[in-house]
Amino acid sequence: MAGPAAAAPVFAARGITKRYPMGELVVEALRGVDFDLYPGELVVLLGPSGSGKSTLLNILGGLDVATSGHVVYRDLDLTEADEAGLTAYRRHHVGFVFQFYNLIPSLTARENVALVTEISTAPMTPEGALELVGLGHRLDHFPAQLSGGEQQRVAIARAIAKRPEVLLCDEPTGALDITTGVVVLEALDRVNRELGTATALITHNAAIAEMADRVVRLADGLVVSVVRNAVRRSPGDLQW
Amino acid sequence: MVNRLPLSALNRKLLRDLTGMKGQALAIALVTMAGVAMFVAYLSNFESLQRTVDVYYERQRLGDVFASLVRAPARLETALASIPGVEAVETRIVVDVTIDVPGLGEPAAGRLVSIPARGRPRLNDVYLRKGRWPEPGRPDEVLASEAFIRAHGFRPGAGVDAIINGRRRSFTIVGVALSPEYVYSTRPGEIIPDDRRFGIFWMERRALATAFDMEGGFNDVSLRLARGASADEVVAHVDRLLAPYGGIGAVPRSMQPSVWTLNSELTQLRTFGFITPAIFLAVAAFILNVALARALTLQRPQLAALKALGYSNRELAWHYVKWALVIAGAGGIAGIAVGAWLGTLMIELYNQYFRFPALDYALSPLVALGALGIALGAAAGGAAGAVGRAVRIPPAEAMRPEPPHRFGKGVIETPWLERRLGYAARMVLRTLERRPGRSLASSIGIALGGAILLVGLGFIEAMDALITRQFVQAMRQDVTVTFVEPRSPGVVHEALRLPGVVRVEAQRMVPARLRARHRSRTLAVTGVDPSASLSRIVAIDGRIHQVPPGGLLLSRALADVLRVGPGDEVVVEVLEGRRPVRDIAVAGIVDDMMGLQAYMPIEALHRLMREGGVVSAVHLQVDRAALDALYSRLKATPAVAGVTLREAALRNFRDVLAQNMSLMIGITVIFAAIIAVGVVYNAARISLSERSRELASLRVLGYTRAEISSILLGELAVLTVVSLPIGTGIGYVLGRIITAGFESEVYRFPFVVTPAAVAWMWLTILGAAALSGLLVRRRLDRLDLVAVLKTRE
Repeated sequence: MAGPAAAAPVFAARGITKRYPMGELVVEALRGVDFDLYPGELVVLLGPSGSGKSTLLNILGGLDVATSGHVVYRDLDLTEADEAGLTAYRRHHVGFVFQFYNLIPSLTARENVALVTEISTAPMTPEGALELVGLGHRLDHFPAQLSGGEQQRVAIARAIAKRPEVLLCDEPTGALDITTGVVVLEALDRVNRELGTATALITHNAAIAEMADRVVRLADGLVVSVVRNAVRRSPGDLQW
Repeated sequence: MVNRLPLSALNRKLLRDLTGMKGQALAIALVTMAGVAMFVAYLSNFESLQRTVDVYYERQRLGDVFASLVRAPARLETALASIPGVEAVETRIVVDVTIDVPGLGEPAAGRLVSIPARGRPRLNDVYLRKGRWPEPGRPDEVLASEAFIRAHGFRPGAGVDAIINGRRRSFTIVGVALSPEYVYSTRPGEIIPDDRRFGIFWMERRALATAFDMEGGFNDVSLRLARGASADEVVAHVDRLLAPYGGIGAVPRSMQPSVWTLNSELTQLRTFGFITPAIFLAVAAFILNVALARALTLQRPQLAALKALGYSNRELAWHYVKWALVIAGAGGIAGIAVGAWLGTLMIELYNQYFRFPALDYALSPLVALGALGIALGAAAGGAAGAVGRAVRIPPAEAMRPEPPHRFGKGVIETPWLERRLGYAARMVLRTLERRPGRSLASSIGIALGGAILLVGLGFIEAMDALITRQFVQAMRQDVTVTFVEPRSPGVVHEALRLPGVVRVEAQRMVPARLRARHRSRTLAVTGVDPSASLSRIVAIDGRIHQVPPGGLLLSRALADVLRVGPGDEVVVEVLEGRRPVRDIAVAGIVDDMMGLQAYMPIEALHRLMREGGVVSAVHLQVDRAALDALYSRLKATPAVAGVTLREAALRNFRDVLAQNMSLMIGITVIFAAIIAVGVVYNAARISLSERSRELASLRVLGYTRAEISSILLGELAVLTVVSLPIGTGIGYVLGRIITAGFESEVYRFPFVVTPAAVAWMWLTILGAAALSGLLVRRRLDRLDLVAVLKTRE
């Protein structure tokens, strides 16, 4: 994979803060975070719950807007973009994988993927995307008929079917057991390697960090360390 | 991009989501259907009638101005024709007689109308349905009105006897006819058609003139006006010309009795066609809003995921608005079909008391598409707010599960109350109190169903009240006999000697025009005996009015037409005898139910007319055993112009009007029940889906099915109970509004809400709630604990 200095970053976030009200309190989720993501890279964001990693990911993905600071995706300043701009950005450039899959329960696996392929410019076929995550045989199953791991792989297929430049994964294995988790991580790893999609993956499980190119640790709304792994392990070799 | 799916994924989601909430969707669609069906039924009938009427009047050359008089020489026709603006004149002889119909014990009324011996009438042409025209020189041949022929099952060739100037004359019916003048034909002095006891007969002019001493003269005239001519000016002109000949006041076409009644019916149809559906569709929009708002709360995570995938607010809003449109569209299309069906039923009823050569039902695309458009508009309007709110939330927020709602102890939850409430009751109370707006919205939704039901039930009561007022309180006489010409006071004693008569009361009726500034109405002023106890003046609320000594007592509707109130003076132009003109004060107003009436004490009327105790009609109380003998005497009495029988009138009223009203009331009640069930079921289903997780958690903790049911159903019960008084209030107001819309010069309805009606409404709503509760309870019993707790949604 290309080194960090070899290309301009996909994302460059500088001085990100985020405050939001939670009940009667104001939570300061991010307190000045810098973050870069380079093309083709797989970065793991590690931190305990409440460290602000999901908030960061939401801001990178255009789901949320920073209170201050700048997030630049390629030439687009997400902090300046309006609602329509963020929608277009999500539609064409980002793939999301969520902890709880967020599949549409009334649609089959194929149709859930089609939701994305129908609105993007040069997508894979839904079948192709599902094949890539090893679900070519479960096309017409509804979410309720799939196991958790399978549902998450449908979500991955849905995220990558538009051939996004970035894949953002929020605790993709958080709701899964080890074996199933590994299968999901393998799918992500494969997508990253084969399609070269820059991937940011949130977890609180330190073991997963070993499959990354770089590991960014967050705590209490701040980046506490950035570590480059000398060896990037395949998910099957991870020690949980 | 290859899309092998015939429907987009989002549209598939739409279809499956709708299938998932099919119970609720069905309930909303049914309410929409009810509104659309009423809109279509009423307005298509309005259109069908209006079109038929227009064509009929035009084709048969219905006159624009009508006038009756005692007798004028034929040469006056030239003077009438030269009135500016008059295009054509048709003079006639029109006489009311008593007829003796084979097979009918009581005497019937007949109106004889002259037609030219050769050729067709210039105006008010008769439409020959069956048979042939009377042959010239055959004075015994007549055409008879179709309604009369049908009521008796006669065919051309049948005979009927008329009492003319004291002599019985036999006629042969050679043809069956219809006339634009008698689309709605009632006996003089009655309001509901009585086809068995009233017939119109057209006969050769010469024969009629000979029988009634009208050779070289006429007693009725119709005029056709040029386009743009002023009917009022012509009426005034005609009145001046006819006054010396006993003219009783010309009227423009709109005041001609049949046209007047028909117009009033048309106005009612149009008003009803808008008011009622508007209420139904507003209710549908309201439930849709509530249902959709709450359904969208459940869709939060999906909404968030779709946003994350790059769907725009506009796309998502359209997606959810389509939910509403599909439901309303289905309801609308069903409504058009049901409305068209009801429309044909209604037109059949109209065919029974409006007589047209052909009254066919037609549903115009404008009405059908208009109905669909209104339904879709209402649905989109109902959905817009809910959808707008839902799609505006930032995607990241939608991603998080809704944070636990901030609960507190409610204001009504005092420590005293708390000790007495179980946990279930506390949960119910706090849920309701935490979102009072939403709780109130649900209660109002249920209340609207109840309100419409109350309106329907109220109308049933109104029919009963109308019958009671008219046929029990007001009309206590068994028989009313009207005379051809005013009679001397001695007739009262003569009447007492008739078979079976136990009590007689005299009445004087005088044709007059009542005028207040430029407003006027031509009608009969009724002189009543202040001590009369047979025929009484009854208000809509059942109060008996005495005729005030110092002036006129007017129907509220007449006072409204003339824009006068108590103390104001009206000009009374009498159109009989010496034709006095006097300013008379309005001494009282009576909120009565039928027609336009003006009463004054009989003595005062006599003084006005400068006459002795002249009588135009007598009301008789009769020993029932002697009825047959009385009838045959009356049939043979030459002075009798008409006989009205209370019992026959009541039976006829029930048959004709009640039938029509029952259909409409039936529709309203059924549709109201649909709304009630629809709303309650909806509220119950929404609560269930919102709380299934909570309830399943309780089941896991060991609560029984009955216990968790009581939480959900308790909430429903509170909402339902709260809705009952609200619904009663709304129903009362709606009823008043609809009744006001129903008011016409022909009749006014009381809006009566009896405790019984309220009780029925409450029971129906509680029943609907119980039924919905049962349906939901069944779902609750099947709650899959594990599945509910596993999935986050």
